[in-house]
Amino acid sequence: MPSPLRAPTGSIGLLTAAQPGPTASGVGRATVPRWVPTVGGAVLVLAGLRRRSGAGAALATAGGALAYVGLTGRVAAPGWVQSRLPARGERGLVVERAVTVLRPPEELYGVWRTLENLPRFMPHLQAVTASGDGRSHWVAAGPAGSTVEWDARIVAEQPNELLRWESLPGARVPHRGEVRFSPAPGERGTEVRVRLEYDRPAGLLGATVAQLVGRGADRQVREGLRRFKRIMETGEIPTNDGQPRGRCR
Amino acid sequence: MKAVCWCAKDTLRVETVADPSILNPRDAILRVTSASICGSDLHLVGGYVPTVQSGDILGHEFMGEIVEVGPAVTNLRPGDRVVVPSFIGCGQCYYCRQQLWSLCDNSNANAWLSEAAMGYAIGGVYGYTHALGGYAGAFAEYVRIPFADVNPLTVPGDGLPDEQLLFISDAFPTGYMGADFCAITPGDVIAVWGAGAVGLFAMKSAKLLGAERVIAIDRLPERLRLAREHFGADEVINYEQQRDVVEALKEMTAGRGPDACIDAVGMEADSPGLDDVYDRALQAVRVQRERVHVVREAIMACRKGGTVVLLGVYIGLPDKLPLGPAMNKGLTLKMAQQHGQRYARRLLEHVQRGDIDPSLVVTHRVSLEDVPHAYTLFKHKDDGCIRVVIRP
Repeated sequence: MPSPLRAPTGSIGLLTAAQPGPTASGVGRATVPRWVPTVGGAVLVLAGLRRRSGAGAALATAGGALAYVGLTGRVAAPGWVQSRLPARGERGLVVERAVTVLRPPEELYGVWRTLENLPRFMPHLQAVTASGDGRSHWVAAGPAGSTVEWDARIVAEQPNELLRWESLPGARVPHRGEVRFSPAPGERGTEVRVRLEYDRPAGLLGATVAQLVGRGADRQVREGLRRFKRIMETGEIPTNDGQPRGRCR
Repeated sequence: MKAVCWCAKDTLRVETVADPSILNPRDAILRVTSASICGSDLHLVGGYVPTVQSGDILGHEFMGEIVEVGPAVTNLRPGDRVVVPSFIGCGQCYYCRQQLWSLCDNSNANAWLSEAAMGYAIGGVYGYTHALGGYAGAFAEYVRIPFADVNPLTVPGDGLPDEQLLFISDAFPTGYMGADFCAITPGDVIAVWGAGAVGLFAMKSAKLLGAERVIAIDRLPERLRLAREHFGADEVINYEQQRDVVEALKEMTAGRGPDACIDAVGMEADSPGLDDVYDRALQAVRVQRERVHVVREAIMACRKGGTVVLLGVYIGLPDKLPLGPAMNKGLTLKMAQQHGQRYARRLLEHVQRGDIDPSLVVTHRVSLEDVPHAYTLFKHKDDGCIRVVIRP
């Protein structure tokens, strides 16, 4: 659904513990065998350490990060290291997130099916306009204040259970999305599961863009689902933006 | 308006800041008439708790008068006198419905921060770090109340003075919840570590809930006296005089041990033991954020199959907890930030009936300007200080 081309804040820097980034089981799965970055990283570390210079230290650091990727499948490296790992085969990037909302499925489905509602909780979306024949026009915030627009169509819908859509030809990042609603056990409400799949863009530049999109999309879907839950359960999104604070000068 | 801001470790300043305004439909604005400095604020001021930022307004225990309500608040109107629970609930998520208000899914505006630290986000709280919502606190002339339609307890406008009602905001329900967690049955002996406000309220609550005997543990004679004279403690242990608290409790219970042990101290525990040196060393090099002597002692002292309740605040991953003894003795460990909304009405009734006089914990009264000084007084427990009430 969302094609978040806006570079998310801080996404180009090192991942931090506070904002867990994609892992091997989530976005940006690597197809190269694990031993490649592991051995390659180890070689770089050794080469770097032998130089005993600033450049050597940098080399060793980069090698260590690469080896870490290889050993753990978890990317704790700068974006440029990660973006050089090709995405898996035909599938491209996959984002999966879920949330449990203490409201009945029909209510949640109804809000989601009215696509115009999506920008209320998906923060990167500016507007969605449905044209009635299952087609819709989407506007999202792009990099540096620009906007990104594309068209999509609904390809499957099962009331109160499932909604599936895909971008139409011409979208800058072709993608498919689905949201499923199923009753949570023991009157705990409804489980809402979102899955987004982005086609693998070609080339190094494409891979870099995909990296930004993938990582940003993962965070945006997570926070978007949180906002969706909050609106549906409480009617508002809690905030502290605009409250007083001291200057301490 | 004037507000007390955290500017740096051990540095509080009274600053002039903007007045709060309604930001969401379920908000209200409160004019603060009374607030109190809580022991857990000391951890913030001392720099032990992460995600406090320079300029944050502190204060989470307070009451006052509603001056403005958002469009979705229909059960309150300007002029209403209310006591506000420190933890904010939304009233509509799974946890609030279960009366586990401090675990609210929705009230924490910075949920991802809390999630990163704990796996799941707990609810928001006033003036207590950005990981717990980043909400401006109540050591100010005015404060914004999120979800004002479900959180504040409306209290009669006349009759009881603020000091009798104020602690229903935080310390009283915290203590009461601790006693409630003990699932007291006839004959139960309850030991309470810490005779500060929370501990004193836990002792009295244990009595209200049917405890046979309550034993208070502290080192300050004035607090132990208050515990015995007004808060239901039958016996006291001054741990500076009776160093082996575990042995003393065993003796007092004829070898059985207390049925339940309540920690009303938390992460800045003092103790005369060797483990205190160990904890302080880890704390000094920032390996560990807390000193956990009381938890260790409570686990060792508790009878087999008994309950250990943590009310004091812990935030990190402390070392050398006697998990083995706890497991083998079949203990139940219960703990939480306070679910005040669950108890507020019941506690108001206790105060109205005269079962308890919460104002007895108040030893000092100050204006906003004097709060930085009052913190020092409270921290060092100088001048017999137990609780400071702020009147903005």
